[in-house]
Amino acid sequence: MKKQVYIYKAFERFWHWTQAILILFLAATGFEIHGSIKFFGYQNAVEYHNIAAYSFIVLIIFAIFWHFTTGEWKQYLPTLKNIKAQIDFYLAGIFRNAPHPTKRTVLSKLNPLQRLVYLGLKILVIPVMVISGLLYMFYRYPQKDGGIEVLNINSIEPIALLHTLGAFLLIAFLITHLYLITTGTTITSNLKAMITGFEETEVEGKVQVQEQEKKQGQEEKILADDLLS
Amino acid sequence: MKKIFIALALIGIIILSAVTFLTTGSYEPTRLMKLKEEYPQKYSPSADHKKFAVLQKKFSRPQEVTEACLSCHTETHKEVMQSNHWNWEREEYINGRGIVSIGKKNVVNNFCIGIEGNEQSCAKCHIGYGMTNQGFSYTDSKNIDCLVCHDNSETYVKGNELAGLPEPSLDLNLISQSVGKPLRSNCGVCHFFGGGGNNIKHGDLEKSMFEPSRDVDVHMAVEGANLQCIDCHTTEKHNISGKMYSLSSMNRNRSSCEQCHTENPHEAGILNEHTVKVACQTCHIPTYAKVNATKTSWDWSTAGKLRNGEPYEEDDADGNHIYLSIKGSFEWGKNLKPDYVWFNGTADHYLLGEVFDDTTRALKINTLNGSYNDLDSKIIPVKIHRAVQPFDPILKVLIQPKLFADKKGEGAFWQDFDWRRSSEIGMKEINVPFSGEVGFIKTEMYWPINHMVSTKELTVQCNECHTREKSRLANLTDFYMPARDYSSIIEITGVSIILLTVFGIFIHGSIRIFSSRKMKKERSK
Repeated sequence: MKKQVYIYKAFERFWHWTQAILILFLAATGFEIHGSIKFFGYQNAVEYHNIAAYSFIVLIIFAIFWHFTTGEWKQYLPTLKNIKAQIDFYLAGIFRNAPHPTKRTVLSKLNPLQRLVYLGLKILVIPVMVISGLLYMFYRYPQKDGGIEVLNINSIEPIALLHTLGAFLLIAFLITHLYLITTGTTITSNLKAMITGFEETEVEGKVQVQEQEKKQGQEEKILADDLLS
Repeated sequence: MKKIFIALALIGIIILSAVTFLTTGSYEPTRLMKLKEEYPQKYSPSADHKKFAVLQKKFSRPQEVTEACLSCHTETHKEVMQSNHWNWEREEYINGRGIVSIGKKNVVNNFCIGIEGNEQSCAKCHIGYGMTNQGFSYTDSKNIDCLVCHDNSETYVKGNELAGLPEPSLDLNLISQSVGKPLRSNCGVCHFFGGGGNNIKHGDLEKSMFEPSRDVDVHMAVEGANLQCIDCHTTEKHNISGKMYSLSSMNRNRSSCEQCHTENPHEAGILNEHTVKVACQTCHIPTYAKVNATKTSWDWSTAGKLRNGEPYEEDDADGNHIYLSIKGSFEWGKNLKPDYVWFNGTADHYLLGEVFDDTTRALKINTLNGSYNDLDSKIIPVKIHRAVQPFDPILKVLIQPKLFADKKGEGAFWQDFDWRRSSEIGMKEINVPFSGEVGFIKTEMYWPINHMVSTKELTVQCNECHTREKSRLANLTDFYMPARDYSSIIEITGVSIILLTVFGIFIHGSIRIFSSRKMKKERSK
């Protein structure tokens, strides 16, 4: 039987899609600033990139607020449980049409690999991009008078190179992400879920699902309590 | 409905905060309103020189005009005799040399090399009378040439090889009655023709600037603000602001764009940020020598060839000399893109008699100091004039040959075409030992480009510098510039990661498609 599960809430979907558009736009303008492509015109690219960057920061602030007030941040707690099963699935099971080793539920919407990768993005790549980006915008050539001395940098080079490397990693993530969303129950089920919030899952019985959800929820609660205490 | 409202509100907040963030720039507009109030007021002199009795009596010698001037302007000669235009020399502090007196006496160039021994001819551009090869009295105020700067009749001309005296045929009474503030023509008559012809030296100062169009120079354009030289080169007590770094060394008494335009004249903050390291001229003078060509190279080593025992000249299609027996071979350029260097306002010079060791590299006649890491430095546009000029290969000094004489047999190169003899005489005049050998060495001279400012439509665009290929700033490699620079390690790593990702997905996806087809087939069996 089929069941519609409400996975992604309104804000979450809004956050996801806004972020997606912003990252694509930042990549396009950013690689123009980097000299790889020509499209918007250089000055426009710089100005648009800055506007998109500020917007992204505002969005991140809202997202952080949302994650903490709703407790959704726990979704990203890394777990080693099932990680091997998940890797096995992507490397073998998927070709045999085997079922996903982890069931997506409201309380655990990310599989162990997703948890790891998204956590890496959230605490490593995105902060590195935001901080190097802000330094890129606000660094100052050492000047005789005025300016914030902390921001006086002799060379923008290390900042620019770090920012570029991060951009390449984000592009690689984006490509992988686009591919992996086709590995849901059907090719488009993950995409539909992120648009409508509902994921249609094939389940064997209602009771089993409820039990599984309950079990997973308890596990997370225990884990969260451990972390908080 | 509620959700849509929340989403819209959030987007609104994001855009609002972005706009607020971005509009807090430090835009300080040009002092244009002030200038517009100032300039329409027509300057009316407080005296009409036609009415002065002292200017009515017939002048037979130009010195009499000077005496007449000084009979009213009783103290002015003191100011003039303090000026560089009079002394051709000034005290300058040069890093590494201390305080030195430098000027046309001990500084050479890579055009006609120097004035020593050639004064009779060079004095055409001195504001005095009677400078000969034998010397000049710098203390005699009667020798001040007031008219060359203050003639407003545009008829005053100094004669060729007359030691600074005017053409004898001039009506000095008419000229002396016309005097006023210097016009472009007064300054231009020397500064446009430095090096012995139009636009030879500067590249951005030449005869089209007498009456320039807007395309040539937006400030001096006759149909525009019609600024005169001294509107920017402000002058106090005959001390004119602005530097010629062919001769000057110190960062003082300069004339700058910021005098009128401020340091943050752009509406876009991103452009104002550039002014910390980039001079206005760098973007606003995309090309120089816009109307007539300027000399880009001078090869003295080919000079002295004769046809039937006579010197000759060869010209290009535009009438520019490309060969002169007396001077050698030349190259010219028109509508040139400047070269770019870091410059902090101080310069060093090759001084006459200075020994140099490396004869394989081009010798810098003047060095503009500066670097990325120097807080005072900005990128400026320059014209680099390259030459091959005589030097003493044994003693390793540049040679100041005697070039000019009015007749043959005095050893002047322009009459006798004998490098050895003219060098011997020239070096003796400046008291520098000479081995008797004449060689030729490559030299470079740096001329900052400050004029021929374009209209804003023609300003250098971002991607003329911020680009991988053919960046205008390709030669300035001591800093990282976005779009021009990158780390090949990071580029290769980044692109490899992306290619590996795509490749991995391709393999994975292919197996998926293949295996699902296989399974379908099996199922249908």
